[in-house]
Amino acid sequence: MTLPSEQERKERIDRGIKIRSDSIYAMMSHRELSYLTLPRLILIVGMLMIPLVIPSMYWQRVFTISCIYALLAISFDFLAHYVGLVSLGGAFFVGTGGYLAAIANTSLGLPPWLTVPLATLVGGGLCTLLLLPCLPLRGVYFAIVSLMYPLFLARVIEALDILGGTDGIMGIDSFPNHWVEQYFIICILLLILFGARRLVNMDIGLVLRGVKDNDQAIRASGISVTFYKSVAVFIASAMGCLSGACLVHIYMWSGISQFALDFSIIPIAATVIGGGGTLVGPLLGCLILVPISELLRDFGTLRIVFYALILVAFIIFRSEGIMVYGQRKYHQFERWIKY
Amino acid sequence: MSKEPILKVSGISKSFGGIKALNDVSFDVHAGEILGIIGPNGSGKTTVVNCITGFVKKSSGHVFFRGKDISRKPPHKIADMGVTRTFQIMRPYYSLPAYKNLVVPLFSPRAKRTGGWRGGGRLGDRNTVGIDILEEIGFERDSYVPYKLAATLPTGYLKRLELARCLALKPEIIICDEIFSGLSMSEIASMVPLIERLQMDGITLIMIEHRLRELFRVTDRIMVLNFGKKLMEGHPKTVMANEAVKAAYFGSQTVQEVMDHA
Repeated sequence: MTLPSEQERKERIDRGIKIRSDSIYAMMSHRELSYLTLPRLILIVGMLMIPLVIPSMYWQRVFTISCIYALLAISFDFLAHYVGLVSLGGAFFVGTGGYLAAIANTSLGLPPWLTVPLATLVGGGLCTLLLLPCLPLRGVYFAIVSLMYPLFLARVIEALDILGGTDGIMGIDSFPNHWVEQYFIICILLLILFGARRLVNMDIGLVLRGVKDNDQAIRASGISVTFYKSVAVFIASAMGCLSGACLVHIYMWSGISQFALDFSIIPIAATVIGGGGTLVGPLLGCLILVPISELLRDFGTLRIVFYALILVAFIIFRSEGIMVYGQRKYHQFERWIKY
Repeated sequence: MSKEPILKVSGISKSFGGIKALNDVSFDVHAGEILGIIGPNGSGKTTVVNCITGFVKKSSGHVFFRGKDISRKPPHKIADMGVTRTFQIMRPYYSLPAYKNLVVPLFSPRAKRTGGWRGGGRLGDRNTVGIDILEEIGFERDSYVPYKLAATLPTGYLKRLELARCLALKPEIIICDEIFSGLSMSEIASMVPLIERLQMDGITLIMIEHRLRELFRVTDRIMVLNFGKKLMEGHPKTVMANEAVKAAYFGSQTVQEVMDHA
């Protein structure tokens, strides 16, 4: 290894094992098989083990909330990196899902195992319907409109004093016990993570990625851009509503703080830290960011400063994100070569 | 040629602000023919394509495809009927490999309806069907080229990819917007037989071109546009002999000056 000079550049080459394990022939050797399955197994087993190894109820709760944020972050990453819609609507989705679950639980008397899927589907449909007029917008304009909805709905609830007004809806059923609560959310999160990764590589996922790359070409292919955008928004908002519904059952309360901008901003920060476009990166980002923000709670308002410092450090030193960096190191080796 | 035209454009106009990009342009395209559209820069050739395929809203006028009015339809509906186009500035999905670029059009309602390419349809994996189409269009199957990211492909292949996207839809009409421009002579030479084969397969083509010599090899009827107006249409030889066309191409003043100096 020589020192880098102006005449040299870094070359990245795929590891032999990556190429060997690209196709079905990976099944033929344990080495290739474990190269493929080990990272996934570590993730799955790790996620399932965390509640067991965390000692205190308090930190177990923090972990559950991290998973809720992770759902939102995956939904943000999916929309932003695979469909090209930068959505700040996390709070909108959480609020809609949360209030729907709360109403279904308190007014209709449905148990949590019914309210959660109900809030997911109905909430997803409702959010899609409300965002439908904004779908032709792109980039920052879509972001602004999707940020407008949670602010708007929170003010409507406050001003009209409907849905419990500023007090919120109280007396919502919780999950049977905290183990069910934790493992339900972890399993849902893992299912959605692997489901989303599968989706973006399926044929319909390629169409969605095409919408991001080049919507004119999609039109020229005889495919309706608006239809596939709304399909994607439905998937993403259903994820958000699901997390909102889980959240109100955890807190046993639903209020306008469900529309708080935290739900829009933290997923984005987590995506930046974890690595956009990897889907697993945002999860990792949430598992780092949310506990850190809890740790810093002792510092009072100073925690914003620390929080910002961590973010800035990440953006400067690892702007690609942890997972992108990690995947590169895992799949490729680097060497210096002469021009 | 007395049959009903497959595509009938009647009196389309388009103005961008105060500029009249198209002024009352009408023409017919008959099934199975290759119509060439030529004209100097800014004469409205691409706007004609955009108006036919619905990418730009016409100010006035109508377009009929097989007798049906498609003037007010959105672009994806028009492509769904079989009127497809290529883009002058290539629009592949840069983040996808070349063959995955074709999975997208193969996923469209039209491709599903028409049974994909050569009846592959639901039985055929879209990836293999995509590679089949790429091979037809001149990507070497056994090379790395069909598997490379579209972002790394050179212009020649991207132009072919544009055509392949149309072919994936089993089109009735392909409108090629300057498919030869930016290509080397040898690339064009290999492209011409491709165009001829498409015609033999029964696809109607409209070709917008600046490369007149190559265009005249494949087409037998051309239309000339200038300042958004149709100058004339007819056989290439008669058209190029026309004084107005010469003036449009070389500038009337220049022609006069050349004549004076002679």
